[in-house]
Amino acid sequence: MGESSINFAKASSAALQDQQLRGNFRRAMDGLMSKRAVQFADTAEWNGVRALGASVRLRALSKLPELLEKLEANCTRNGIQVHWAATTDEANAIVLSIMQRVNAKLVVKGKSMVSEEMHLNAFLEKRGIECLESDLGEYIVQLDEAMPSHIIMPAIHMNTKQIAHLFKQKIKEAEYTEDVAQLTDLARRVLRKKFATADVGVSGVNMAVAETGTLCLVENEGNGRMSTTVPPVHIAVMGLEKVVEKLEDVPPVISLLTRSATAQPITTYVNMISSPRKEGEKDGPDEIHLVILDNGRSGIYADEELRNTLRCIRCGACMNHCPVYTKVGGHAYQAPYPGPIGSILMPQVEGLEKRGELPHACTMCNACVEICPVKIPIVEIMGRLRSEAVHPGDAVRGAGSHASKAEAMVWKGWSMTYASPLAYQFATALLAKLGNAAPTSLPLLKEWTNVRTKPRFANRTLHALAREKGIPDV
Amino acid sequence: MSHDGTTSRPDIERPESVYFFGTCLVDLFYPDAGMAGMELLKAQGVRVVFPQGQSCCGQPAYNSGYREEALKVARAQLDYFPGDWPIVVPSGSCAGMMSKHWPDLFKGEPDEARARQVASRVWELTQFLVQVLKVTFEDQGPPVKITWHASCHAQREMGVTDEPKALLRQLANVELVELQREKECCGFGGTFAVRHPEISAAMVGDKVADIENTGAKAVVSGDCGCLMNISGALEAGQKPVRGVHIAQFLKERTHG
Amino acid sequence: MSESRNAILGKLRAGRDAHPLTPPESDFAVLRNKRWDGAERLERIKRMMEAVHTEFLETTEADWPADVQAFLTAQGTRNLLFGPATEVGARLSSAWTDGGPELIPYADRVETFKERLFDGIDAGITTTLGAIADTGSLIVWPTPEEPRLMSLVPHMHLALLRADALYDTFWQAMTENRWADGMPTNALLISGPSKTADIEQTLAYGVHGPKRLVVVIVR
Ligand code: SF4
Repeated sequence: MGESSINFAKASSAALQDQQLRGNFRRAMDGLMSKRAVQFADTAEWNGVRALGASVRLRALSKLPELLEKLEANCTRNGIQVHWAATTDEANAIVLSIMQRVNAKLVVKGKSMVSEEMHLNAFLEKRGIECLESDLGEYIVQLDEAMPSHIIMPAIHMNTKQIAHLFKQKIKEAEYTEDVAQLTDLARRVLRKKFATADVGVSGVNMAVAETGTLCLVENEGNGRMSTTVPPVHIAVMGLEKVVEKLEDVPPVISLLTRSATAQPITTYVNMISSPRKEGEKDGPDEIHLVILDNGRSGIYADEELRNTLRCIRCGACMNHCPVYTKVGGHAYQAPYPGPIGSILMPQVEGLEKRGELPHACTMCNACVEICPVKIPIVEIMGRLRSEAVHPGDAVRGAGSHASKAEAMVWKGWSMTYASPLAYQFATALLAKLGNAAPTSLPLLKEWTNVRTKPRFANRTLHALAREKGIPDV
Repeated sequence: MSHDGTTSRPDIERPESVYFFGTCLVDLFYPDAGMAGMELLKAQGVRVVFPQGQSCCGQPAYNSGYREEALKVARAQLDYFPGDWPIVVPSGSCAGMMSKHWPDLFKGEPDEARARQVASRVWELTQFLVQVLKVTFEDQGPPVKITWHASCHAQREMGVTDEPKALLRQLANVELVELQREKECCGFGGTFAVRHPEISAAMVGDKVADIENTGAKAVVSGDCGCLMNISGALEAGQKPVRGVHIAQFLKERTHG
Repeated sequence: MSESRNAILGKLRAGRDAHPLTPPESDFAVLRNKRWDGAERLERIKRMMEAVHTEFLETTEADWPADVQAFLTAQGTRNLLFGPATEVGARLSSAWTDGGPELIPYADRVETFKERLFDGIDAGITTTLGAIADTGSLIVWPTPEEPRLMSLVPHMHLALLRADALYDTFWQAMTENRWADGMPTNALLISGPSKTADIEQTLAYGVHGPKRLVVVIVR
């Protein structure tokens, strides 16, 4: 592929130096965690709704091809035009061809992670189409020419002062202010004009209902409703896993999503769209297009274990609870999806050769697994991908790309020693005698002793002590 | 099996004998904690068996992506625990590996059933002391203020959350001050600490600050990986707080 | 049909058939068991919605048009967008007295008055299909007579809620009324005025949608 591997370690190192950034994340994540805990204080309710949510997602995955066909049929019946894209290139081309047909110049976007995955903005801008993010956080990040650092709160890495400076610098009519209400109002004024004049609205999809051909979107700001109601054309992009079977599957998933994401019992708006403007209706888009994107998902789906990645409802709670993400922030991952879900999803979508380091950006503490509302075994998948990265195979793109003879030798030697009682006792006895003499300049010890003292080998192993004290062996 | 933090264990009857699985870190670095664990069990009138053939649960290789190698080492353990007795482990992380991950690791292998059988008998030490032996301790030490660091795998894989603190609270002269972020990972994560030394340093830095804020003289934990990390950082920062394994701490307080 | 479509579906089918998946039962009891009795429901709805800055106006079947007018006049509202072809619209226009805010009908396609809609309308009034106690949400189904943008573009949204149209949960509302048999063009749950916390987690109201949501409870 020739794609260079993304360097998480280097990027995170820069982030760790930035005390301001670390403070921003720590504060925000602490708040989100404690507020979420309040939402799920009733353990029985949490267990019940979580089991239900997981079952909804698993049932959808168990019938995925059939449900996608059903979704297509019902959308088509409702007047929504359905398109299929195997790759992000194909998805971008589909979007572009629609825009060219209606001669679009200005596009407003509701928040969509899949469009981030497609790098849609950059793609359209290159072709002379102005593409404006309308979610306030996304708008800020776009003004800053940066990437979102969180899938739910894109501008969480910035504080008010930084945003105030950005607005002053980038928005013509802006007066400098650090008043959040005034900053918000400024964005409102700028974006209203755009909503009223945009040719096309682009949105994501939180869930698509096969049974009724309905697209569900949740949001707080109203920009999602604007983008999907005001412009004459609405294009929704979704990953193919976002389908659910029945309309009644929607409430539990939404409940888990909004409570996990931002600790709200529900978002301000739940927007369910089932058709373009009908005869006699006075507003709403005349055309709705649904672009269903694969981009590696069908490959993930083929593997029994990795498939669980596709349960994800993109709530972002795993980020908020991840001690690594909380330290380094979202940008260190250099990916549209950061944090635990990103660390398992990105390598599967973009290949291990490029993203093989991400599954190691994890201490396997299981904090994410504990709170994932649809019970994704994130850490097990992390471990599986670590294994895939060093063993050639065909389950994941780039499997074996991180294989190292030296590392493999170490583990082979380790397993031979540890699987043989004699070899093990010999080696450990030796370490007990000589281990402490190891110089701290040795490769791994060096990293360890940066902020810690050297681990001290005891002069007698537990095996030896147990023998001495006459603890029975059988 | 999915680890969703909802583990709870059915009670078992108090056995006449137990196996002790020391773990490789305890073996090399904290043998006193291992001995203390065995003595706590013995003091309850239970016969403790320490099979000399044991070595490691296989976790280091498993978490590094070397499952074959992990399997080989895990398999080598199976022979040494033939009796139908509980296997007590003084480490939440290793106990979690054995009871939660061995079934996956051995999946489809000829000895899967045997591995599952062994795995089902694994108990984390404090869980065993509280739930099965229902111990009560008489504190014999001087007044001291301590704090508790919860190991990630003990709490989230073994479902051990209140047990260790319940034991510590039995000690009349011990004041337990909880950490502000008790459940947050200390940054050890096995090879993580050396693969991502800077992030790990930031994590243990936060942990040390949290510990210092309690004013405790000791931080007690049930996992030697965490302890090695936290006490190493406390020492390097010359903080007047010592890290100690819960087995050793309990033994010190109760056996004089 | 596109090549990609068949390729994607083919791959999914092959993947699934090689490793079929048996999902656990979906047990909706956790939603079915969420119940509040009559008075509690409305209390809860008010409490939850007020927590996110929703305002409430209590009135009666006989008085609501006059009460709405009085309220808007007191607020200095210049005009009110309404659906003239609905029963509510008829009540409003017949009860409206001169000198108050101007009543503006949403009578034509939005294209004919987009600019005014975005720039010159202070308030819009719509009906609701009820409210949900679990989450404190209004159920709004726009219609040709009460178009979608009425509850979105004006700075203030007034929503008429019949005090007896209350549900326990979203799930109850949709299953009891068999929504799955026929979904409208657009169905909405609205749980407060538009808001954001995208600037340093600080809540601010009225970012793109209405700055104020006023629920008019009609008994
Ligand atoms: S993996 Fe789980 S916690 Fe993370 S975003 Fe997806 S659903 Fe949420």
